[in-house]
Amino acid sequence: MILAAAERAGTVEHAAGAAAAVQKDPAMAAVTANAETFVMMILLTLLAAITLAIIRQRNLFGVVILAGIYSFLMASVMIALDAVDVAMTEASVGAGISTVVLLATLYLTDSVEYPRPRSVAIPLFVSLVVGAALAWGTIGLPAFGIADAPIHTHVAPTYIEYSKKHEMPPNIVTAVLADFRGFDTLGETTVVFTAGIGVLLLLQGGWRKSHNSRRDDEDNELDTDGDEA
Amino acid sequence: MRLDLILRVGAKLILPFILMFALYVQFHGDYGPGGGFQAGVISAGMVILYAIIFGVRAAKHVAPPRIVEKMVPGGVLIFAGTGVVSMFLGYNFLDYTGFAHDFLHAHEWGILIVEIGVLVTVCGTMIAMFYAFVERGRT
Repeated sequence: MILAAAERAGTVEHAAGAAAAVQKDPAMAAVTANAETFVMMILLTLLAAITLAIIRQRNLFGVVILAGIYSFLMASVMIALDAVDVAMTEASVGAGISTVVLLATLYLTDSVEYPRPRSVAIPLFVSLVVGAALAWGTIGLPAFGIADAPIHTHVAPTYIEYSKKHEMPPNIVTAVLADFRGFDTLGETTVVFTAGIGVLLLLQGGWRKSHNSRRDDEDNELDTDGDEA
Repeated sequence: MRLDLILRVGAKLILPFILMFALYVQFHGDYGPGGGFQAGVISAGMVILYAIIFGVRAAKHVAPPRIVEKMVPGGVLIFAGTGVVSMFLGYNFLDYTGFAHDFLHAHEWGILIVEIGVLVTVCGTMIAMFYAFVERGRT
């Protein structure tokens, strides 16, 4: 599936390159498009390889590290797609925080996966069906990078025109997130807040208890994992 | 833990620049990539790196749990409070036009305040989750 996506990205890059060639120097545009296609194919191939390695790996520590590498590759893909904001989030959350949290989880549980369950037939069937459904769903999508896809013709032009008219900050992503769609972002912040509170409640077993245990910690904490350097 | 001299010195060199980068991402979000969410995660990552290398106790002096726990709802309150203030100024909820004398500056201020709200919540949530995981492991 990933390779199919790579092929699609490749053909679309060619199409984009062809479109750009009309405006600029044709040879130069073709070289740029080819280089981008090449980088993209390498990245997506590496992603597929990492996914296979994660499936085969039984040591969960290795899985966590591979997942971090996967996130960094994904961030590189996002940079290649000119989505720098998303790349930054992917690198910091996917490769940074979630790796730390997963390692902390491994510390609390166990770092070796249990032996395989009795039968792999049902899980294999489920994942094949889900994968096929996803691949079938992509058929209905507009071609990658096409300019007149519904998402580019609905509200996006209004945002761009409006920010141009009022000379708003040049990073329209920030303007859309915090201004045009401020209410959505308020909802997203609330989601982060709710998720954080949920995790804290699960791990600490309620506010009252956590407050008590913290008092104890501060009073007679024997520092085992650090010192005054 | 006592022999990791290179790690400690290296971390001490890197940490201020990580925080600096987080602040850059925060305050330059209008012009470059980034914003409150990314800045919050990066600054939380700084505290977590500090905790991993120098111990959780040292990190709790930098980011006391009492403050971190208040940051989690605090950011949402800053965000929602901005909307309420804009309503008091006679505009729609989260319409920042009333914050300054002209449109552009008002919206820059509004975006900045709201992004600070996002930073506070995200940073607090990440650090609090990390503390929760670490404390769980001790008992």
